[in-house]
Amino acid sequence: MLRRTLFTVAAVMVAFMLICGCIGTTGPETEKQQLRIATTTSLDDTKLLNHLSTIFEEQYNAEVLVVSAGTGIALEYGQRGDVDVLMVHDRVREDVFLADGYGINRRVFAYNYFILAGPESDPAGIKGMKPEEAFATIREKGMAGESGVAFVSRGDASGTHAKEKAIWKGAGFDYATEIQGSGDWYLEAGKGMGETLTMSNEKQAYVLSDIGTYLAYKGDLDLVTLVDEGDILLNVYCAMQINPAKYPDINSEIAKDWVNFMITDEVQEEIASFGVAQYGQPLFYAAQDDWEKIGVPQTEVKDPIP
Amino acid sequence: MYEIIEGFIEAGRLIITLDPDVMTIAARSIIVSFIATITATLISVPLGAAINFGTFPGRKGLINLIQTLYSLPTVIVGLLIFLLISRVGPFGFMRLLFTPTAMIVAQTVLVLPIMTGLTISALSGVDPVIRDTLHSLGATRLQFLINVMKEARFAILATVAVGFGRAISEVGAAILVGGNIMASSFMRSTRVLTTAISLETSMGNIPKSIALGIILLTIALGVNLAITMVQHR
Repeated sequence: MLRRTLFTVAAVMVAFMLICGCIGTTGPETEKQQLRIATTTSLDDTKLLNHLSTIFEEQYNAEVLVVSAGTGIALEYGQRGDVDVLMVHDRVREDVFLADGYGINRRVFAYNYFILAGPESDPAGIKGMKPEEAFATIREKGMAGESGVAFVSRGDASGTHAKEKAIWKGAGFDYATEIQGSGDWYLEAGKGMGETLTMSNEKQAYVLSDIGTYLAYKGDLDLVTLVDEGDILLNVYCAMQINPAKYPDINSEIAKDWVNFMITDEVQEEIASFGVAQYGQPLFYAAQDDWEKIGVPQTEVKDPIP
Repeated sequence: MYEIIEGFIEAGRLIITLDPDVMTIAARSIIVSFIATITATLISVPLGAAINFGTFPGRKGLINLIQTLYSLPTVIVGLLIFLLISRVGPFGFMRLLFTPTAMIVAQTVLVLPIMTGLTISALSGVDPVIRDTLHSLGATRLQFLINVMKEARFAILATVAVGFGRAISEVGAAILVGGNIMASSFMRSTRVLTTAISLETSMGNIPKSIALGIILLTIALGVNLAITMVQHR
């Protein structure tokens, strides 16, 4: 008797799964185009991408699948042809990626600034310093073993990690030999921006973050902004297509639609106003009219892909 | 402390009100791991029987290897499957990466060793008297197999429960080949209980993490109760 019951239960479950499978594979949804995006964590953690993809899905009858990873992993996914679009923030590696022919049609849609956050007590005394100077001071105090001075790095080859390395270089240090593994003061999280902020908060350590993720997480953090001025802190976000010449069966039409969508007036306004009501200040600035300020060619912010 | 209590209260609310977000993730977890376990059972039971009753050189070594793979790290399985199904990999043309199917494949591979190993144990644990009796009664090879399997059915059922438990509780492979995607359609998303817990915790949404954790444990409990009920019938 019991066995029969079990059989019935199993049968019902299998039927249920088949139905789910059918719903998933047939019906109106198959007509929807799928767009796969690999993104830097900051765009996802702040929910900006979620907000924009909802609008896009309605306008283009498409389904947006977002894989959130650091810029480094996102570029790797792109290079392997596992996604249709990249949304990243590391000009240097983007340029290499484009030059190698993996990516095409880069468009810059937003920017903001990195900040150096840390405990309110500011044990290294860096408040108000220039970024490079602040970094050098943290290292000096950290190496001297001053209590409470620690720095949490993303350590995941992300865009933020790349920026951090650039600042160390600007401060006159060789990252691999003088920073990495130089002492207990320097910790590599190997995680996304949100997780790294949470970790820094637990350890009451200094951390470099994009302002967007920092504001989105601020409610749960005891960390305060200590350094937020300096040209080196500029953070520029772009979207680009994966080259269909490398991967012919990639979904390049919808990818093109997405990249163009990002630089439309409508979306640029959405970006500029996103989060203002909740955080009292924008998380991102629209790139549209500020191309000179952020040092990118006008074509990359204005001209839709033909 | 307050955070934990608050978490449990919120968790209770999310579960009682059948929060659609939480329920969808739980359902997806069950479906993915259930299919993976069934697939693994269909492979591991015949394979286990073949190894247990078979006589071939290297049989002992093979069993040792299988037992070693019990502790196969989930991220290694994830990495392996990722490399195989990524676009530039040998099965890239199937475009499986970042789909629930990819997670099913990874979980199947993950639980195969432990299920095969435990099936071998289950079959070798069958009373030798029964085997001798079957032989002396002149059972054909097929009849013999069917009857021994029947004898070992509870132990095999326990094997299935162990496999399901390992499948639904792993996070390493699911996040690597699934990508933790939350899309608008149910079967295109790849967010399951474990990957969601990892994400929500990192985002500081502790109550939701606790709710998801409780559901995960409840599912495990349910499966175990069902198995125990059958065994003690």
